[in-house]
Amino acid sequence: MNYLQSIGQNTLNALMSFGRAFLMLAGAILAIPQSKNIRLTVQQIYVVGVQSLLIIIVSGLFIGMVMALQGYTILVNYGAEGSLGPMVALSLLRELGPVVTALLFAGRAGSALTAEIGLMKATEQLSSLEMMAVDPLRRIIAPRFWAGVIAMPMLALIFSAIGILGGHLVGVDWLGVDAGSYWSIMQATVEWDKDVVNGIIKSFVFAIVVTWIAIFKGYDAIPTSEGISQATTQTVVYSSLAVLGLDFVLTALMFGIN
Amino acid sequence: MSNSSTLVSVENLRFLRGDRVIYDDINLTIKKGKITAIMGPSGIGKTTLMKLIGGQLRPDAGDIRYAGDSVPQMSRRELYQTRKKMSMLFQSGALFTDISVYDNVAFALREHTKLNEDIIRTLVYLKLEAVGLRGAADLMPSELSGGMARRAALARAIALDPELIMYDEPFAGQDPISMGVLVKLIKALSSALDLTSIVVTHDVTEVLDIADYVYILANQKIIGEGTPAQIKASDSALVQQFLRGEADGPVPFHFPAEDLHDTLLGSPQQGGKK
Amino acid sequence: MTTRKTELLVGTFVVLTLLAVLLLALKVANQGLSGSDQSYTLYAKFDNIGGLKPRSAVKVGGVTVGRVESIYLDQDDFTPVVVLSISEQYNNFPDTSSVAILTSGLLGEQYIGFQPGFAFDDPIVLADGDFISDTKSALVLEDLIGQFLFSRDSN
Repeated sequence: MNYLQSIGQNTLNALMSFGRAFLMLAGAILAIPQSKNIRLTVQQIYVVGVQSLLIIIVSGLFIGMVMALQGYTILVNYGAEGSLGPMVALSLLRELGPVVTALLFAGRAGSALTAEIGLMKATEQLSSLEMMAVDPLRRIIAPRFWAGVIAMPMLALIFSAIGILGGHLVGVDWLGVDAGSYWSIMQATVEWDKDVVNGIIKSFVFAIVVTWIAIFKGYDAIPTSEGISQATTQTVVYSSLAVLGLDFVLTALMFGIN
Repeated sequence: MSNSSTLVSVENLRFLRGDRVIYDDINLTIKKGKITAIMGPSGIGKTTLMKLIGGQLRPDAGDIRYAGDSVPQMSRRELYQTRKKMSMLFQSGALFTDISVYDNVAFALREHTKLNEDIIRTLVYLKLEAVGLRGAADLMPSELSGGMARRAALARAIALDPELIMYDEPFAGQDPISMGVLVKLIKALSSALDLTSIVVTHDVTEVLDIADYVYILANQKIIGEGTPAQIKASDSALVQQFLRGEADGPVPFHFPAEDLHDTLLGSPQQGGKK
Repeated sequence: MTTRKTELLVGTFVVLTLLAVLLLALKVANQGLSGSDQSYTLYAKFDNIGGLKPRSAVKVGGVTVGRVESIYLDQDDFTPVVVLSISEQYNNFPDTSSVAILTSGLLGEQYIGFQPGFAFDDPIVLADGDFISDTKSALVLEDLIGQFLFSRDSN
């Protein structure tokens, strides 16, 4: 096989899978919503959201604590340990909250989504649904997509809040930064619409991308055990890369031009 | 070709998977209320035929008619309406693994009807009773044996009282007792509910007992058809090879390949690949 | 099937998120309770605002009484105008008050130091929309060095 031919083939394959991914999402979003779908979505929020809560809370706590520790040792050299609050809060709200949540979500919930849908495909459950005149896009894909899009920003907010409390734990309770200045300088620096809202927007974008990749990789998986394991790996790799790449673009758009 | 007693007719069907020809110009007729068996060696795409009838795949040429309407030309809505009248029993059973046997059987009823839970309960238990699994209603699919899973799937398949039911390899991998139960069930359901059945299988003896009409597929074509008696008496070498289970014959033992001599002693640039 | 347990846990998840939003809104970003209806606006014209930014603090003797709402350039005389949003509870500054742009620490943020004027028998109080006429601009390092060199030369 010559090189040009394989480049062309790969390009075509990539374009075709983009096309399939888009069609799948469109089919899921445009599917006529039923009252049943809300219940199914709640069920899925439980699976992707509530079951990810523990890892999000624990990671948020530790990341907040580590940031306070690292920040303190640097800031104290300049006598600026009072700025610990805004440093922890801004890093969490603008970057670490949305990004780390998205990465953890991809690993915890995204891979599970891919494997679940891939297995449904392999065990002919999706085919069986279709033969029962039930659209798998509406019944299986749509609730999982919406659940991911709703749950991830919620997780990111909890992550940031817990992280700030973790920073307080280390910075104030352990290292002795003044509690008043931790909160008040934070309040003076953090802006609701610029920092908090932009963080939430970021998180929404990541949620759409990660959930989309996870669901599509499962839906498009080769229905064998090898195919599913490959799809699961690809979900984690692709969504992590997409999150980090998009994070740069979004940060440049939101905070780059002042 | 289609008259009032014909439910499904496959006309000049041609289907390719990639570059590989699966079916080349085949014709089939499924009579209403009868059990039609489609037999053939593994790997010739018998399941594909069912997916074509169910409209999950589209033929490359030819037509498939369900009660006179062309399945490939149906709109999405029409197709979904038609599918409510047909049902398919997958080889693996394809039970939804996250809900109980009861909920599996109730699934289509809840999805497509507005019946209240009391009526659904009655219907579900009746269907489960029919397959002898009323006692297993609260079990999860993972707790069932292979034969029981297939019977539960059968209960689910008849939940909406379909006109047509397609069995994909219902006997594969079953012990003799389960197999006997399934044979009896297919026969009983077909006559009791006036179901039209298509049984895709390679288990010759079981299916010849219950089928009203048999098609044998091989080499992308239909190599024989007729009632079980006609098939048994067929003088086609292909049909006889299949019925007797001979390793080699008109259906070759070898997957198509280049000459062994070329593969082993071929030019080194080519290697073993093509 | 959605069980009661699932619904309960998803509900808990939602409440947890609301708590997080509340923490971020009230404790971290200090949004919400101090709405714009509880403040009044003053204007101050400076020659140079240095590094002053919107949302910088306005302090009286170190106590924050308001924030810089916005900064714009007066199109007529090309001098910067700073819009100050002062909390309603401090509504009795006399009109002889002065403002200066100060720096907290050597490298810190710039803020507005508000110096209340002397109140005589019947002081005129600064009200919404008033201009503060007595202003002191930010110190710009280059200007300071320039002045220092100039005064040394003249000696």
